[in-house]
Amino acid sequence: MADIVIEVRGLVKTYGTQRAVNAIDLDIRRGEIFGLLGPNGAGKTTTILMLLGLTETSGGTVNVLGFDPVRQPLQVKRRVGYLPDAVGFYDHLTARENLVYTARLLDIPRREIDGRILDALKSVKLDEVVDKRVSTFSRGMRQRLGIAEIVMKKAEVAILDEPTSGLDPHATFELLEMIRGLKRAGVAVLLSSHLLDRVQSVCDRVALFNKGSVALMGTVVELANQVLGAGHPLQIEASGIDVAATLRGVEGVRTVTAESDGSWRVVADRDVRATVAERIVSSGGALTRLADLQPSLEEVYTRYFQEARHAA
Amino acid sequence: MPRSATPPAGRRREGSPFTGLGAVFMKEFADHLSSARMMVLMLFVIVFGAFPVATSLQTLRTVVDPNSFIFLRIFTLESEQVGISFTAALNFIIPLMAIGLGFDAVNSEFNRRTLSRVLSQPIYRDALLLGKFLGGLATLAVALVALWLIVLGAGLLLLGVPPRGVEVARGLSFLLVAIAYGGVWLAIAMLFSVIFRSTATSALCALGVWLFFFILWPQLAGALLAGLAPSEIRSLDEYVAVQSMGLGLMRLSPGTLFSEAVLGLLSPETRSLGPMLPSQMRGAIMGAPLPFDQSVLLIWPQVTGLVAGMIVVFAVAYVIFQREEVRA
Repeated sequence: MADIVIEVRGLVKTYGTQRAVNAIDLDIRRGEIFGLLGPNGAGKTTTILMLLGLTETSGGTVNVLGFDPVRQPLQVKRRVGYLPDAVGFYDHLTARENLVYTARLLDIPRREIDGRILDALKSVKLDEVVDKRVSTFSRGMRQRLGIAEIVMKKAEVAILDEPTSGLDPHATFELLEMIRGLKRAGVAVLLSSHLLDRVQSVCDRVALFNKGSVALMGTVVELANQVLGAGHPLQIEASGIDVAATLRGVEGVRTVTAESDGSWRVVADRDVRATVAERIVSSGGALTRLADLQPSLEEVYTRYFQEARHAA
Repeated sequence: MPRSATPPAGRRREGSPFTGLGAVFMKEFADHLSSARMMVLMLFVIVFGAFPVATSLQTLRTVVDPNSFIFLRIFTLESEQVGISFTAALNFIIPLMAIGLGFDAVNSEFNRRTLSRVLSQPIYRDALLLGKFLGGLATLAVALVALWLIVLGAGLLLLGVPPRGVEVARGLSFLLVAIAYGGVWLAIAMLFSVIFRSTATSALCALGVWLFFFILWPQLAGALLAGLAPSEIRSLDEYVAVQSMGLGLMRLSPGTLFSEAVLGLLSPETRSLGPMLPSQMRGAIMGAPLPFDQSVLLIWPQVTGLVAGMIVVFAVAYVIFQREEVRA
């Protein structure tokens, strides 16, 4: 399929007898933001390095934009931008000089270099510090400079390893906005993270890594259905009645559990909000809150690893 | 996958290993030349080089030297005040400069977390390592050429005679040998920068090797020779064999190769770098200089040894670097 930019089949990486990555399959499409989630040591970074040809694979195949990173790393690296975890720049050089070096490595024609660097720095709002040394930059600015490098490179795929780790909320917000900007420009973005709510807010699809394998893959809602069970969770706050008793027997309602005084959690097969509201009000209760709970990635993640631990 | 010696054709990588070499070289060269470290190293060299040169120039001005290679005497004259000739000072200083330029070549990239970012650009590790090596070597060459020109200029001014063509040729060859000698130490320093993640450890190890060759090796080689040589020397042949073995041991030190090559080049009357039998001296006019090409022939093995040492050490560093993981 033409718009699959990264295709991974049965990818394996072994260190001695240990399997860091164990037969994973991934498909990443053009123009989507794909999140790799999982605890530290689950094999996310190793997978990323294999996609770039920076680490040898132990088995399986990888295809990035039609090239094999093992045999054609230069072709892959020319088209893929990489922002490593806690990216480093040469502190004694300015933002511009750092990007000039990258541009030379990329063999960008000399007369284009200046323009492309300025455009890239403008797109990440660093155009005012073009000629400041990187040693004066904050962590957030360095990460943005890393994004600028990818923009300057005109990469078709951007691979970001923990792009928001160690950033304050505002810097994180700005960085995620820039990642969305990459997506708008048609770049496929692959990002790894453990900051779940952040990932949820930008990712179209995610893969959950556990011990070197992809445990779950899909949109956040699909994952929630798999892990938390299908259904619509509702949160109800009411006073003056016992909601659990009132809703017993309502069609579509599966379980009702009291969470705290005056607050219940309902799981239903479909959207039953209208019926539930009517039943509570007609029974004489005062309904103060009726909310459709969006499945949160955090919940999925926590629950999945709880179950994985129990199973183990 | 463990790298097999000959990968099957299907796994062989594509593209030139030298892609991006020019960019890496230019950056390293520019970085070195503008760095504070370079200033310190230059200061070091000038101070250490200037003393022997200044004193030998003074001596040469006052004494009528029968030697016709008066310019070369600036380099080799061991004056009484300083007790060390310019070339002996270089023998000692060049390794220090090379170590200073190379000890953090690779591990500093790692520690600054720039390595994975740079390697994610379309270059192979080959280009990065070679570019760094050549950048360091070029910097070293610039420093040595500058120093050489300063000495030559000072000689012109203070002696008031221009050097002869053959002296310039010998001087230039000396410069090339000095650069090759620097290359050996640069390769050693870079080897440690590949092996150790900590720049302090790699600097210590490189300096340790330097001290070992300068202080311990002469004694150790003597002790080894005493152990290996027969207890009683019965014939001339045996004596010569023991002497050659001793020389062979000493020549494992790059410093010995450098000083022998310098001796052959800058003291044209040198006829042999090993023991010489009276029979071999038959017909020779004592103290007469050898022609330039004969001197080059004489030191050729030493120069080959230096270049080979440089290549071998670099190759080891290269192999280790290829196998290293880039992740933190």
